[in-house]
Amino acid sequence: MEEILRVEHLCKTFELSRKQQKIEGTTRTKTVAVNDVSFSAYKGEIFGLLGPNGAGKTTTLRMLATLIAPDSGNAFINGCSVVAEPEKVRAQIGFLTSELKLEDFFTPNYLFDFFSQLYGIDPNVVAERKRKLFSRFGIEKFAEVKVANLSTGMKQKVSLVVSLVHDPDFIIFDEPTNGLDVLTARTVTDYLQELRSEGKTIILSTHIFSLVERLCDRVGIIIDGQMTHCDTLQGICAGQSLEDRFFEIYKEKKGETA
Amino acid sequence: MKNNTWTIFKKECARFFGDRTMLMTTVVMPGLLIYIIYSFMGDNFMQPTEDDSQATVYVENMPETLRPVVEALPFNLVTDGFDGETLKSDLVLKDSDFAYMVFPEGFDSLVANYNPAGGLPAPNVLIYHNSASEKSRMAYDLLCGVLNQWEDSMTNRFDINASSDAGEVFDLAKDEDIVGDLFSELIPMLLLLMAFSGCMSIAPPSIAGEKERGTIATLLVTPLKRNELALGKVLSLSLFALLSGMSSFLGMMLSLPKLIHADEMGLSANIYTFSDYGMLLLLILCTVLVLTAISSIISAKAKSVKAASSVMAPLMLVVMLVGMMPMMTGTEVSSNAMFLIPIYNSVQSMSMVFAREVTLIPVVITVAANIVYSVLGVWVLTKLLNSEKVMFSK
Repeated sequence: MEEILRVEHLCKTFELSRKQQKIEGTTRTKTVAVNDVSFSAYKGEIFGLLGPNGAGKTTTLRMLATLIAPDSGNAFINGCSVVAEPEKVRAQIGFLTSELKLEDFFTPNYLFDFFSQLYGIDPNVVAERKRKLFSRFGIEKFAEVKVANLSTGMKQKVSLVVSLVHDPDFIIFDEPTNGLDVLTARTVTDYLQELRSEGKTIILSTHIFSLVERLCDRVGIIIDGQMTHCDTLQGICAGQSLEDRFFEIYKEKKGETA
Repeated sequence: MKNNTWTIFKKECARFFGDRTMLMTTVVMPGLLIYIIYSFMGDNFMQPTEDDSQATVYVENMPETLRPVVEALPFNLVTDGFDGETLKSDLVLKDSDFAYMVFPEGFDSLVANYNPAGGLPAPNVLIYHNSASEKSRMAYDLLCGVLNQWEDSMTNRFDINASSDAGEVFDLAKDEDIVGDLFSELIPMLLLLMAFSGCMSIAPPSIAGEKERGTIATLLVTPLKRNELALGKVLSLSLFALLSGMSSFLGMMLSLPKLIHADEMGLSANIYTFSDYGMLLLLILCTVLVLTAISSIISAKAKSVKAASSVMAPLMLVVMLVGMMPMMTGTEVSSNAMFLIPIYNSVQSMSMVFAREVTLIPVVITVAANIVYSVLGVWVLTKLLNSEKVMFSK
């Protein structure tokens, strides 16, 4: 198996504002979001980061996408370091999260061209790729409608397509089906499987067990910023359902199921 | 990927020029409104009222010596057949259009016999009027003026510029210099303010707004370099600020002659050469770059459009104060090093161009310094775009 992603001892702490200190009932000024996380992902697989809210999944993914820098540790995507060569990393990855918004003023058509230019893609390739992706997701119908006037599902489809303008081999999806209606969610998960069959590597974070069971080849479980388990889906489940196994692990880690 | 600055620039232009509301509120409306308001003010407020009916002046005990002088004034003169007390009670009314003047009896002889060294009070003329009524007030002012002049003429020991009535010119200033002085004090400040208000309305939505809406993060995950983004933003925003400022400026320049009735005063702005305008353009361009860089940095630091705007509002006062420097200190600058101070250097240099006292060195220093500051500004903006704390803190 060809290793595409290698994560080595990633750590990230955040400063707590006064307000956050109050909410968490603590006087600590810092909180550890990601604590010494290491794992690998291989070509042509879907790797799932599973964990409760606030476990550090999103922070890990944002470090991989080079939006934020790790305090220590490193990660290599196709051999490029997220710390030393962030621009090279960004050129190779597609990153999709609900936090990344598209400008309301523009149309899907304009945005596709604009982002393609930022990735330096040949205009002929852009036209062909746009035609394919737009028809795959049914965007042609609203390709000339401003993003402001699109429904949430339509926007999500456009965001997905825009994150793939450069046909990346490595794709990071943070909670890919969050906030989507069932139809759009299904379209997205089907497409993820299609991408895998094309030999692309996908990392996704989620707290939905069924999604992991249906999509992921391998799973990493993150609790309180630490990766407690990382194995194939079968390896982790060990005959149990993923949900039962997850709560067992959670109990071991926390001492109780909160 | 080398042309990413250009890609960002084009996107910003598509955003700006494609948005009719934005275009209207930042480019079309300011100039148009200023033109309409100033023209309206010039036509209506600065002109004497159309109503040309004359005020009435009631005079009691009109002295014979003064009669011809008072009769020559543009009043309806009434010297008898009225009751003083009634007049005084009528004058209380706001729309009363007259004045009531009372001379002491035997005024001429009282004046002739009055000895200023004698210690007794001088003969006293009473003029009742209502200052809330324009006509009554004007009658009062005119009467005071005439009487004072008459008093002066009685004790005349010497005159100043007596022959100016005969057409001799004593104010030897050239008209160009008068216009130049006027412009050098006013226009640089107005230019600066308009450019800055352009920045104020454009930079916060473009940078703080993108941050607030989460659209800047979408740009940050592309291979786009942060300095390309910073430069693309600053250049495009400068263009818009320039357009917005130019619109206000045009509106003002076109309506200013109407406002100050320049044609009646015989003043004209056609006193500047091609190179004056060239230097001015260069100064404006580099100033707008500096202002945009400052506004962009503030907008990048701010958490929201609202926060950015509220930081920039007090800054506007500072810019205004610096803009007023030529009014307070003139175009004299103690040393060329002063032209290294941003904003101040622009105002002083522009002021010198308008006063037609410009020399090359200050302008060169100003332009060079401002370009350096703009580059520094882009560098700081790049750092901010690179900072996860600034970009992603909520």
